[in-house]
Amino acid sequence: MTRKQRRLYFVLLGMLALGAAVALVLTAISDSLVYFYSPTDVVTQRIPEGRRMRVGGLVQDGSVKKDGKQVTFVITDLTNTITVSYSGLLPDLFREGQGVVVEGRKEKDGAFHASEVLAKHDENYMPKEVADALKKSGQWNDGKTK
Amino acid sequence: MHRFANPARFLRLAKVILPWSSGIAVISLAAGLWFSLAASPADYQQGDSVRIMYVHVPSAWMGMVCYVAMAVFSAMALIWKHPLADLLAKATAPVGAAFTFLCLVTGSLWGKPMWGTWWAWDARLTSMLILLFLYLGYMALVNAFDDPERGHKAAAILALVGAVNVPVIKWSVDWWNTLHQPASVVKMGGPAIDASMLIPLLLMAVGFKGYWVSILILRSRAEIAGQKIRVIRMAQIHAASRGE
Repeated sequence: MTRKQRRLYFVLLGMLALGAAVALVLTAISDSLVYFYSPTDVVTQRIPEGRRMRVGGLVQDGSVKKDGKQVTFVITDLTNTITVSYSGLLPDLFREGQGVVVEGRKEKDGAFHASEVLAKHDENYMPKEVADALKKSGQWNDGKTK
Repeated sequence: MHRFANPARFLRLAKVILPWSSGIAVISLAAGLWFSLAASPADYQQGDSVRIMYVHVPSAWMGMVCYVAMAVFSAMALIWKHPLADLLAKATAPVGAAFTFLCLVTGSLWGKPMWGTWWAWDARLTSMLILLFLYLGYMALVNAFDDPERGHKAAAILALVGAVNVPVIKWSVDWWNTLHQPASVVKMGGPAIDASMLIPLLLMAVGFKGYWVSILILRSRAEIAGQKIRVIRMAQIHAASRGE
């Protein structure tokens, strides 16, 4: 084996070992790498009351109730739901059927008090006319990201 | 590949490529800017803010492409000891860092009106920030030694180690819940982006690539010239010390 070949195998083996190590670490800490939990996670994992966390999902149709600056709405992942109350400005993209991420804590009464509401948008980009045409032809899958 | 490790041959090739790459850069950037700022439609839900995408997405691609190129040049330098590979890796680093920075800044400006925040510590944004730090670390390390040879070697190892971050950036949005939306263009089942918006995006991407190739040629030319000057100076010093 020439020295060049030896260096080539050394670099390849090193990269392979490093890649495997990083993959193992990332899988191990995967739970803390997620940015938000789904309503199902909140319901099934019994996250303690009063702990700060983020929950994400779709705003349920017809669930938004506004009373001055105070807003309540329901977040759903189409399996479980969680009721959120929030007071403050909502982002422009906040709508029923739209994805949102809320940060706050679960109180004793079971409701989720959010201190921050972030809008999530999907990966589809199109002009308004195309969106309207899709809705008309019934091929629209509104807000169902993945 | 080994043929072009010869600097003289590389310089001849660079001379042929440079007018083409800079021409492509100027034409596609001009056309891309016109399309993205004026001749493309507003998005159905984001309105005119979507135009930030035409700078943000190509910069993100460039940040990753430059890093992969830098890692490949570094591997070539470590394995085959090509003198040019070190220079090319060193010349790519600041370009990649600038594009990564541009991506983070435009992303922040886009995030505020759309998501409602300038920054979120989600997997995509954080791994992109790590990419910027890897570039900065590379640039600091490559210049940290008196002997340029040692600096090149240390920085090349850093570039290779940091390369594991690139797939993490690409698939972070699929592996974990993130605030950032999943990929729109490079994904299974074709792009989820209308043709009227995909064309300006690709034009801008081609323009950015042309810019990178042109800058890479100019910077590596300067590096080669700098090395020649160093060799001549050393020879003069030797001649002067012998002359006493």
